[in-house]
Amino acid sequence: MHDILVWWIGAQAADEAAMEVLRQRVEDVFEWPATCWHDERRPTGTYDAGRGQHLSTAMLRWLNSHRPHDAARVVGVTDVDLFIPILTFVYGEAQLGGHCAVVSSARLGSLTLPMQRQLTLGRLVKEAVHELGHTFGLVHCRDGECVMSRSPSLASVDAKHGTLCGDCRLIYLEKAASLGTPYE
Amino acid sequence: MNRERVRILVVDDEEIVRESLSGWLERDGYTVATAQDGASALARLHGERWSIMLVDMKMPGMDGLQVLEEARKIQPEVTAVIMTAYATVDTAVTAMKLGAYDYLVKPFDPEELSLMIQKIVSQQALVRENVLLRKVLKREYHFRDLVSKNAAMQKVFDLARTAARSNSTILVLGESGTGKEVVARAIHAESPRAVGPFVAVSCAALTETLLESELFGHERGAFTGAVARQRGKFEAAHRGTLFLDEIGDITPKLQLDLLRVLEDRRFTRVGGTEAIEVDVRIIAATNRDLQRAVAEGAFREDLFYRLNVIPIHLPPLRDRKEDVPLLIDDLLEKLSVEMGRHIEGVSHDAMAVLMAHDWPGNVRELRNALERAAVVAAGTIIQAGDLGLVKPSTPTEAAAEQLGTLESVERQHIQTVLEHTRGNITQAARILDIDRVTLYNKIKKYRLREIESA
Repeated sequence: MHDILVWWIGAQAADEAAMEVLRQRVEDVFEWPATCWHDERRPTGTYDAGRGQHLSTAMLRWLNSHRPHDAARVVGVTDVDLFIPILTFVYGEAQLGGHCAVVSSARLGSLTLPMQRQLTLGRLVKEAVHELGHTFGLVHCRDGECVMSRSPSLASVDAKHGTLCGDCRLIYLEKAASLGTPYE
Repeated sequence: MNRERVRILVVDDEEIVRESLSGWLERDGYTVATAQDGASALARLHGERWSIMLVDMKMPGMDGLQVLEEARKIQPEVTAVIMTAYATVDTAVTAMKLGAYDYLVKPFDPEELSLMIQKIVSQQALVRENVLLRKVLKREYHFRDLVSKNAAMQKVFDLARTAARSNSTILVLGESGTGKEVVARAIHAESPRAVGPFVAVSCAALTETLLESELFGHERGAFTGAVARQRGKFEAAHRGTLFLDEIGDITPKLQLDLLRVLEDRRFTRVGGTEAIEVDVRIIAATNRDLQRAVAEGAFREDLFYRLNVIPIHLPPLRDRKEDVPLLIDDLLEKLSVEMGRHIEGVSHDAMAVLMAHDWPGNVRELRNALERAAVVAAGTIIQAGDLGLVKPSTPTEAAAEQLGTLESVERQHIQTVLEHTRGNITQAARILDIDRVTLYNKIKKYRLREIESA
């Protein structure tokens, strides 16, 4: 298979149209085939009742143990609010140089309100590409317009473009080359 | 500053906190390690240098404040931040009194943490930059500034450190660009004469008469143009160190003059009669084989023995290739400061080129190659093409290259097209009229990932 998998792991039903937009952008940015992965299993043991949020690190562990092992990378997309213990929330998390990433739409806006859908989807796509970038070993970029720049707030998410800057793209190509060709 | 050089130690007894916080910081490009309690944190502080410590307040055994107190004794320059789930004014005040930089209440806002780390890093970068600038301006070097993990170089440093404490004459031998003057400056800086002047003279740059006047000074009217009395370098270096570079190039007359000064510690200015006594430590250096010059009669044997009290041999860079990445890091940081241009590092391909090069001009050539690359680089990462290092080829190879095999022509053509499309595979495949799979296979086959972004 060797594709990048886009896997809806949210609480609500999957927004197929949004997932298709996301898949397409992932494929374009990484120049690597991406597929929407339809699997009804959902992460368990990630909810923290005290905080009313899901632990993204636990979600990554779950994804890593449940992913198809021939997938190049997996990005789990969810609508639940994510956190790591030291932070109030995170938009997503990824294993640096690993296989899995997770991203949430919970704090990015609404995909159901027509007025907000476009903006929210744009943000979700950027964050998904950003987290997948980490799985390819990319770290945060100083270029505020690069998709790999750190995004601790919505303003910083909106400030960046959805693509890799020249330097990050070169680093990505070098790392991707070591994975072999995507169509093998 | 290259973010990998920022080393952060996370100290927390909860595994999930250590895992998530270190992951979060690693994605920012920092080098992160974790410790589960105070004792292991202090052990890590003894072993390595750290830039920032994030310490949990409440831990079994030593609490965060105790760790902070001990940490300041081991590495006072480390910036410590206390993290706690239980905020009280008292503990906050105590933490700040103990020198904590800040105090964070868990959980914190991602923007707050991000800004705080950035602020610490830029403050530390400013301090570093300040120190570097001062070094660049005053050309002050210490042994800790000399980077090497090569065993032969480590022996050199040990010998030089010991020699620094003595008053003996030192002869630094090595090819051009190996850093003879840098070692001489470090010896001076760590010698009891460090408060005195360091005076450097290049003996090859001047004619015999000029060098004589330069070294010993001259009296008014000593020669045409000597309109005033001039003190020489020997006098200028009084109570300090005189570095005589390229000593192998001096004429027989000057060799004799120098021998006399070394024996008597006194000399007269050109055109003068008064004997001047000086207290000067001599460090001489040359890239020539002085022993051979002695055997051939080109260099005085008695002067050679006077100079060769403590010989220090600097190995050429090609014999210590493992130092190339370290030197690149160090030189790029200095160049970034000097040129006012941020350079993050070198690409994988550029590193391969730098490692493969033979460096006949040693560290100086490496510095020049990096300086050139820093000027021409389009981004913050130096690419192989920015270096301007051409692999020397034999005439036969060159002829074969001109004719070119089918494969080499295909490789070159694909590279040209990829450069034209700035690495866009889809566009390149369209121009080449082949499918993307075939192009990917060819890129892999020809190892063509060194596509430069224009």
